[in-house]
Amino acid sequence: MVTPPKTIEVQNLRLAYGPKEVIHGISFDVRRHEILGVIGPAQSGKTSLLRCINRTIEFTPGVHLQGAVRVDGEDVQKVRDVFALRRKIGMVAPLPVGLPLTIYDNVAFAPRCSGMRSRSELDGLVEQCLRQAALWDEVKDRLKTLGTKLSGGQQQRLTIARALSHQPEILCLDEFSIAIDPVTTMRIEEVLKELRKEMTIILVTNLVQQARRLADRTMFLWNGEIVELDRSDVVFSEQPRDRRTYEYVNGIFG
Amino acid sequence: MTDLAPSPAVRTRPPGRPRWAVLGEQLLEWIIRLCGISAILFVLGIFYFVFAKAAPILVSGDFSLREFLFSTQWYPTSEVNVRYGTLALTVGTLAVTVLAMLLAVPFGLGAAVFVSEFCGPRLKEILKVVIELLAAIPSVVWGFIGLTVMKTVIEKTTGAAVGVNVLNGGIILALMSVPIIVSIGEDALKAVPDSYREAAIALGTTRWQLVCRVLLPAAKTGLLAAVLLGVGRAIGETMAVLMATGHAVNIPHSLLDPVRTLTATIAAELGEAPEDSNHYRVLFLIGVLLFTITFVINLTADLVIRGIRKK
Repeated sequence: MVTPPKTIEVQNLRLAYGPKEVIHGISFDVRRHEILGVIGPAQSGKTSLLRCINRTIEFTPGVHLQGAVRVDGEDVQKVRDVFALRRKIGMVAPLPVGLPLTIYDNVAFAPRCSGMRSRSELDGLVEQCLRQAALWDEVKDRLKTLGTKLSGGQQQRLTIARALSHQPEILCLDEFSIAIDPVTTMRIEEVLKELRKEMTIILVTNLVQQARRLADRTMFLWNGEIVELDRSDVVFSEQPRDRRTYEYVNGIFG
Repeated sequence: MTDLAPSPAVRTRPPGRPRWAVLGEQLLEWIIRLCGISAILFVLGIFYFVFAKAAPILVSGDFSLREFLFSTQWYPTSEVNVRYGTLALTVGTLAVTVLAMLLAVPFGLGAAVFVSEFCGPRLKEILKVVIELLAAIPSVVWGFIGLTVMKTVIEKTTGAAVGVNVLNGGIILALMSVPIIVSIGEDALKAVPDSYREAAIALGTTRWQLVCRVLLPAAKTGLLAAVLLGVGRAIGETMAVLMATGHAVNIPHSLLDPVRTLTATIAAELGEAPEDSNHYRVLFLIGVLLFTITFVINLTADLVIRGIRKK
């Protein structure tokens, strides 16, 4: 069996906020067009890890980073055009953040910033992204209303549409289902299954079953260390390699 | 068998709050309500007293409101030809204020954006302290600078005959308004949630795109408030403009003409006008006029903000 090429490589990553180290030297890689599930209790470094990948971690004061994160073979700490790097990565936050703009402008924001001006191109792209995020039918008649007027679940799909708008190669979702109902969650999960054909997805979630449903491989992160990283059927089996994985997955601790 | 019988009900008084706590809270609520309403009371009170002092002149025969508003002749102490026309004073006030705002708004908002978004934490602390210090300089000191330093600079660079004029007053007022605009504007930018910044940055925006497309639109209400406070300071400022504008009743035709403002006129003449004379009352009427100008400006700005919000 041929291993698919790697999209992200993380090597011995250590991250500290001031004197407090939150990620203690982890190494793993993410393969092209896979869904990597990341599970683990709160404070285990899941969000910090995502922020290292698109380098938004550097806006937190007092942060100290060691080791390397490589995206497509390029070390993100040394990359020349950090804005291009960030455009390569779509990021969806736990709570939807509607920029104070209309629905249309929210999705068209990133393409406009990278210089797309043509009205018809923008229209097409906005429609495509909203369709991909399973939101188009609900908002197509009110693209000019404020994004913040939508319901929580709709706003979250709007942020997904926005994250897709710069046609990223990698999509990072950080506990996207925290603020939305189960039905909408299932719809988005269907969306993700479609998207995986086109991009690599990192799915941080504290719904263990969500990782089980979607992820090709699952990583169990605990207190800033990788307890286990394997194919999802192994992680969620009766006999994962580490006892703690079994206990966490089955709700015995955590 | 385990004993699952319900435990016997314990008879106690329902936990009520002591009477004094309830009354105390009500009292506090009334005190707070009074604090809130007091602002309205003070504004109405000030308007009433200023207007009451001015009112008798409005009904007296030898005064016309038309002349007061639209005549440029201000001869309040003349023996034979008393004229109370404030047009030149109004124009003087507006000229100095507009010039000050043209200088202070771009400069102040630019500085606010820099302090809030572009500079490092250490420089930011230093700048904030210095800017607050700048805001605390008394206006008479600014007037003094206008009268000495700025006057010679203007005379040397422009060749104007008198260095105390619209330009001088405008620059001094701009310098006085900038610290206010910067500190309020910086607060407004700081109040934009960080999640907006993160979301925009994660979409690959550069710093400038972040500022222009997200932060400025999101903070526009606060920024407008900053500008308004700056305008308020410029219009209401008395001592500095008294010293820096030349204090000559005159409709300016260029930046280098001296003018006189409404505020400076009140400050300079009120002490010498006999109480309850026509002159004295007209000065109070000028106060009412100033009041009206600031009121109109605030109201317009408020409507503009609402318009923006609706959009």
